[in-house]
Amino acid sequence: MSILVDNNTRLIVQGFTGKEGTFHATQCIEYGTKVVGGVTPGKGGTKHLDRPVFNTVADAVRETGANASVIFVPPPFAADAVLEAIDAKLPVVVCITEGIPALDMVRVAAVLRASPTRLIGPNCPGIISPGKCKIGIMPGHIHKQGNVGVVSRSGTLTYEAVGQLTSLGIGQSTCIGIGGDPIIGTSFLDAIQMFNADPDTHAIVMIGEIGGNAEEQAAAYIQANVKKPVVGFIAGQTAPPGRRMGHAGAIISGGQGTAKDKYAAMQAAGIRTVQSPAEIGATMAEMLNKN
Amino acid sequence: MKIHEYQGKAILARYGVPVPRGEVVFSKDEAEAVAKRLGTSVVVVKAQIHAGGRGKGGGVKLAKSPAEAAELAGKILGMKLVTPQTGPEGRIVRRLLIEEGLDIKRELYLGILVDRAVGLPVFMASAAGGMEIEEVAKSNPAAILKEHVNPAVGLQAYQARKLAFGLGLSAEVAGVAVPFMQSLYRAFMDADASLLEINPCVVTGDGKVFALDAKINFDDNALYRHRDFRELRDLDEEDPLEVEASKFGLNYIKLDGNVGCMVNGAGLAMSTMDIIKLAGGSPANFLDVGGGASAEQVKNAFKILLSDAHVRGVFINIFGGILRCDVLATGVVNAARELHIQVPIVVRMEGTNVEEGKRILRDSGLNFTIAAGMKDGAEKIVKLAGGAA
Repeated sequence: MSILVDNNTRLIVQGFTGKEGTFHATQCIEYGTKVVGGVTPGKGGTKHLDRPVFNTVADAVRETGANASVIFVPPPFAADAVLEAIDAKLPVVVCITEGIPALDMVRVAAVLRASPTRLIGPNCPGIISPGKCKIGIMPGHIHKQGNVGVVSRSGTLTYEAVGQLTSLGIGQSTCIGIGGDPIIGTSFLDAIQMFNADPDTHAIVMIGEIGGNAEEQAAAYIQANVKKPVVGFIAGQTAPPGRRMGHAGAIISGGQGTAKDKYAAMQAAGIRTVQSPAEIGATMAEMLNKN
Repeated sequence: MKIHEYQGKAILARYGVPVPRGEVVFSKDEAEAVAKRLGTSVVVVKAQIHAGGRGKGGGVKLAKSPAEAAELAGKILGMKLVTPQTGPEGRIVRRLLIEEGLDIKRELYLGILVDRAVGLPVFMASAAGGMEIEEVAKSNPAAILKEHVNPAVGLQAYQARKLAFGLGLSAEVAGVAVPFMQSLYRAFMDADASLLEINPCVVTGDGKVFALDAKINFDDNALYRHRDFRELRDLDEEDPLEVEASKFGLNYIKLDGNVGCMVNGAGLAMSTMDIIKLAGGSPANFLDVGGGASAEQVKNAFKILLSDAHVRGVFINIFGGILRCDVLATGVVNAARELHIQVPIVVRMEGTNVEEGKRILRDSGLNFTIAAGMKDGAEKIVKLAGGAA
């Protein structure tokens, strides 16, 4: 098993015919993801990558039976795209777009709370259940099917960790990039709860970064509820306070959200922390061998 | 993006928020003229820099006459103002705000930001005006009143009343404070602000409420829909290298070490800094060249990195995956040739065609060291850069 996406996922691509949408949809199709169509307003009725294009998400869902969407729409229009996907009652929506205004996401979050949709992102690499379904921009070939769940706020740092796991022969159940923005649809806590409930996820890698307190919240849950081994890393131990480190959400403000605090919370929760990003894979290998 | 106090007050005034009368000046003579025009017995001379704690650093003074205002302006203009927020290097003062003095009876704190944990704007208020809110949060968190705002309906009057009475304001003053707070909220939302702070917000002897200070930070992601805010940017307040990097769309933050870093992705860039530190070195910067790391961006990134005279070596850490390493390597070689790079360069790359990429680097005849992984790369560059900074 895996979480959220698998062989039964039928994906549509919002922003299908654009440059990013085309490139990454092609990569997803090559990986084996069931991409059943896409949406580009004004191009409904045409074909792209041998799949139907629709004017609206509602049309696409009705005609294709899609149950997931991935969004490659530029920032000014991305909130609208997410709201359209929520309105079409898609169970899983993955928003890759980076640079959405925070107050747009405040309005999206208000609608999301009252809906059954699970939003992943924005500003994220997406989600992959290796060997089954890849939704996003991550390189598929570095993954390997297996039993470790990976959750991270970062893109390339996640690839780094996954690359280490795979090269040690450790496969992944699902890898989920939750995104680097301050307001995101799926938190560490949400992802950890799903991994905890998934019988085929035997261990969890959690990669946080400075800013906010989502890592601390997840750590408290892990302490009380999770028996599976968890390896934790926090990026930004050397980041200066008050500066946004690339990600809109990666900022230490008012002394809050430091790597030090997050490490302390994770250690208190019994999470095996590593100070070096190069040791994530080897540490997981060590923990799995013990069990 | 940050702006100056006087610019923030001008925005607030458009929403009907009372602010003291005043004008920005750039010289002694202008300061004297404005003080005369204001005509109050006391005027305040306030240094305009993008950092708080200005009073503590000697950047805010009272003048009892236009002549004294001119004299103080002469002293503060051009001074290096050091405050708890500027760091020891301080900031040169280039602009002053000359304002009427008010009869202050109480100082309060008001602030709005997005509470990321719940995804809602939160309006905060504290009776400890003038104090840093972070200090209050640490020493007495219960003293900070909070109202989360439903973005669909905005800050309601009852919420503002809860805050006003919670601050201990009289019924009469609360009647003024409620629309004051609602105007602040409208300004915050309309401006796509990431932070709006009035510290202090003051109550005067005659029961009026004024924004005595104003700090507004804008959400950079929303600037595209506020073209008029662009002219508010003050490049003198930013690091020149960071300004240069922003022109190329590079995320660059200058630090004080000697190992230049070029990385794709923010999380990997942060952890590259961390691993350099673990290897006993010190990173010179944070630099995210973006997920794609095109040849052009690599060249731009080199230019920025090498403008920092402290850089003794460069660590390129690219985890591409889909990215083709041969294309990246060609970009790195061309940039190194074109810019005549003298410092040692350690390259760690992963992605499609990685072997071909390594061959291109090796065959270039340039001073590249190829690393087997992140840890290996960090150790190699720290050694080549001559250890810790």
